[in-house]
Amino acid sequence: MTDFIQLVIAGLATGAIYALAAIGFTLLWQTSQTINFAQGDFVMLPAFFALAGMTWFGLPFSVSLLLAIGLSVLLLGLVFKLVIVDPLISRGVLPLVISSIALSIFLREGTKDVYSAEAQPFPALFPDVIVSIGGVSVSLAQLGVLAVAFCTIIALQWFLTGTRTGRQMQATAQNRQVAQILGVPVERMILYTFLINAALAAMASLLISPIYLAKFSNGEHLGLAAFVAAIVGGFNQVRGAILGGLVVGVVDNLAAAYVSTSYRQAVPLALLVLIILFRPQGLLGRKEERAV
Amino acid sequence: MTRLHWTVILLALLGAVLILVPLDLTGYGIPWSGLKRYGTYILTLWLVTAIAAMGVNLILGYAGQETLAQAAFLGIGAYLTALTTKAGLPFGLAFLASGVVTFLVGILLGFPALRVQKHYLAFVTLAFGVLVWLIFRNEQWLTGGVMGISDIRRPSLFGVPLRHFINFYWFVLGVTAALAFVFWWIIRSPWGRAFTALRENPVRAESLGIDIRLYTLLAFAIGCAYGGFAGALYAPLVEFIDPNPFALAQNFLFLLMVVIGGAGSFAGPFIGAAVAVLLPEWLRFAEGYYLLIYATLVMVLMAFAPGGIAGLFERLFSARRGASAEKPPAPGLAPASQEVAP
Repeated sequence: MTDFIQLVIAGLATGAIYALAAIGFTLLWQTSQTINFAQGDFVMLPAFFALAGMTWFGLPFSVSLLLAIGLSVLLLGLVFKLVIVDPLISRGVLPLVISSIALSIFLREGTKDVYSAEAQPFPALFPDVIVSIGGVSVSLAQLGVLAVAFCTIIALQWFLTGTRTGRQMQATAQNRQVAQILGVPVERMILYTFLINAALAAMASLLISPIYLAKFSNGEHLGLAAFVAAIVGGFNQVRGAILGGLVVGVVDNLAAAYVSTSYRQAVPLALLVLIILFRPQGLLGRKEERAV
Repeated sequence: MTRLHWTVILLALLGAVLILVPLDLTGYGIPWSGLKRYGTYILTLWLVTAIAAMGVNLILGYAGQETLAQAAFLGIGAYLTALTTKAGLPFGLAFLASGVVTFLVGILLGFPALRVQKHYLAFVTLAFGVLVWLIFRNEQWLTGGVMGISDIRRPSLFGVPLRHFINFYWFVLGVTAALAFVFWWIIRSPWGRAFTALRENPVRAESLGIDIRLYTLLAFAIGCAYGGFAGALYAPLVEFIDPNPFALAQNFLFLLMVVIGGAGSFAGPFIGAAVAVLLPEWLRFAEGYYLLIYATLVMVLMAFAPGGIAGLFERLFSARRGASAEKPPAPGLAPASQEVAP
């Protein structure tokens, strides 16, 4: 039983990180109908920004972390929107899907060629001390990851519901035309979504890299986890993405322990197929009318 | 001379070149010593890749859906053919079985996914591609795991053994021509015109009584079957298969090569497959950089020419016609920019 609880806690920690990536993914979908197939690589890359800051420029760890978040907001948020999304957005979803797939390959191969093909150790944000609570041993690192991820999510929720800008963003997501008529600066709100997505991806990157090591090919697994989390939770709901992320993290971890390590990857995918078969709108999602 | 005449002459010329290209023609006064073994192998690989890409083109360019499992379907065809021919089944039957099985899997996969939302098929096929790859890798008793299956024998046709690389190339060329003809027939038939209607204006197509979901599902399943057929040829071509060519990244590359070539155009998959197979050969000196170049090419094409390379040619062609002839381009030659948009 204690094993089970430990596995669940570890799963929640990675799940909270998946949730961060999945939230950004659903936010982009809601406000601009962008399906970002490079989302996994958006989570892979910021850790390399931090590593480059430390090894190439000799910056201290904390400064490198800030640099990583800043650079990803600039490149994966602003530049991504201006260069990739804006020219294609008016042509429908498909060209953007293709372009984001190409971007994913570009980021992956670019990281491999520019930095390294080897997995890089990434300094931990929290000490890896094991504490025992009522017989269940938990690592402080996991608790730290959970705490940071949840603080980020709570801050985001407060921003979306508690501030004027946040509510304008929600209005844009729900109905772009009406929001525009009501005087919401829709274009700026969409830009904010891209910046927030990049910031969330950077947070996820800095939290997950100490666990998985930073490697150019991490985006494959992380992207799949984010898609599955977003669909399982409900493609059109932020809280759906949170739940989906946690579910995928826990299921992933339990599957590795109880099913088999060689089919670990298959279990979340099987979950995805079941959800699409029996509850296509996701666990918390609203039914969406088909456009056609 | 009408456009049709030119097309027929051009196709006949192209066919003749493709048939003769591996032969030594110096004895006939033509300074061409024929492709060597490796060159012919690359050319055969191009044809096999083009068959699978034709399937993606049907799904993406005509039915407007993304498939991220074409490498997996290629793998199913390849493993099925390798295993059954090793067990003694004639190649012809294994080839047919590869197409039928992948068609049925396509139906099973597409039916639930298309029920929901437009882009769910992309996610379902993405998941399916990874699952299939895991099975190839993990089920050692069946697929040999990472060691793969070796010594896959090439078949013989009406008593003529296809062991020799030129014979096998001609055989694949014939199969490709047949499958290309079927593809051409599909998109010209009333059935194929329904696809085009679907792509251009789904709401109007549905109001005219086209059952969108059924047509999309069938397009998807037939596209998957083309992947299966390509796999059935791939196994005897390389004579050794392991899970690597059917991994997740390959699924993405199949989608991208069709976009590069020109989604929704007949020649698109052939051009795209040529870029995908030949570019790594030409860029040998650049080693690992070819994927970077490839990805950049896709992003640039998407921004400036969503019709792909075929769309660029078409645009060039119609621009020249528009300049020289008094007649404006026919409405059929729609601007390339509309071709990919759903």
